[in-house]
Amino acid sequence: MTRMLEAHQATFARNGEAVFTAVDLALDAGQALIVLGPNGCGKTTLLRMLAGILRPWQGKVIRHCQPAFLGHLPAFKGDLSCRENLAFQRRFHGGTGLDENRALARVGLAGLGLRPARTLSAGQKRRLGLAGLLVAPRPLWLLDEPYASLDDVGCELVDRLLSDHLSEGGAVALSAHQRKPVIDVDLVRLELAAAEVVS
Amino acid sequence: MIVRSMSALIARDLRLAIRHGGESLMPLIFLFSVIILIPLGVGPGPNLLAAIAPGMIWVAALLASLLALENLFRPDLDDGTLEQWWVGQCPASALVVARLFSHWLITAVPVIVFAPLAAQMLYLPAEALPVLVLSLLIGTPILSLVGGLAAALTLGTNRGSVLLSILVFPLIVPVLIFATGAVSAAADGMSARAHLGLLGALLILAITLVPLATSAALRLNIE
Repeated sequence: MTRMLEAHQATFARNGEAVFTAVDLALDAGQALIVLGPNGCGKTTLLRMLAGILRPWQGKVIRHCQPAFLGHLPAFKGDLSCRENLAFQRRFHGGTGLDENRALARVGLAGLGLRPARTLSAGQKRRLGLAGLLVAPRPLWLLDEPYASLDDVGCELVDRLLSDHLSEGGAVALSAHQRKPVIDVDLVRLELAAAEVVS
Repeated sequence: MIVRSMSALIARDLRLAIRHGGESLMPLIFLFSVIILIPLGVGPGPNLLAAIAPGMIWVAALLASLLALENLFRPDLDDGTLEQWWVGQCPASALVVARLFSHWLITAVPVIVFAPLAAQMLYLPAEALPVLVLSLLIGTPILSLVGGLAAALTLGTNRGSVLLSILVFPLIVPVLIFATGAVSAAADGMSARAHLGLLGALLILAITLVPLATSAALRLNIE
């Protein structure tokens, strides 16, 4: 088992106050971690910290491979076409995955390659984000609410992409609210608790 | 890996600039409106115009660079592409260099290309033209670098543009003094080497310190 990601007593602080209680986790290849907890307990913050966008306030986070982070923000340019956005992601992350058209077809956006990304609907934008994971494959996926604004077919698509990624030796950490991933691999559960506010 | 990420970012910025069109034409429109309007204001005497030409062209280049600063990082912050700079292996300071380089290509290079023409319209002696172009080549990257740092620092404030101008102006006064000093010296038939040397020193200082400071400032805004 190759270790992909470790966190030791890691926590993040805003204005000197911890956002969530310290987290210990270890993620190996082929494992999926689901972060659970009520709104505002810091799931997004934790995933952003695991991705390297935020620096841990205490403890440490060790990434053994290149992560990919998919958050609430679309992370592509509305004035560029879907294909141009994917081509940028491939070059930027040094990807050698599917070509742009195949990736778009895989996520159900076939034929929309020339459309400016800003004209996509919310669900289609999420799908374009998923296509970005396919053009530039990275072993560790950090997905913040991957099921948000997707229809039933889209949710099944996410499950399928997750299964494929895990069977290829990747690892996933995700947060989810209404829908939980339906995949063969057992999910490692992480119950995140908001840190107590010292007043 | 680093070079590929940087070139991908530069290529995308240029593509977006071409698609927006106005962004790359604005500096030129700015330059030529200054060059055309000033003689109407101060009178068309060749001696007077030749004396103020270096200053006019440099002020136009400076303001053109400032105009585009507000949008240097903000769109990327809003659509989430900025936070991706910290995911992955390319250090953010290298991406800052790439972003500032494309800002320089878009705002400064058109001005540098057309500066000799503008200088001729203001009766600047022909022997000063190479020094003018050289001073712009050395000096305008400093404007982009210093402006980038200020843009990163004011990213978190809501109406940052006022604060941004206040931050930038004192820092670029030396650039303006040495650059116009160089061109004036060349126009008077003296050596411009001292001025250009000092300008080069400022550029080296900015290029070594600004990318690190800017990426640190950006990170503060993302957190």
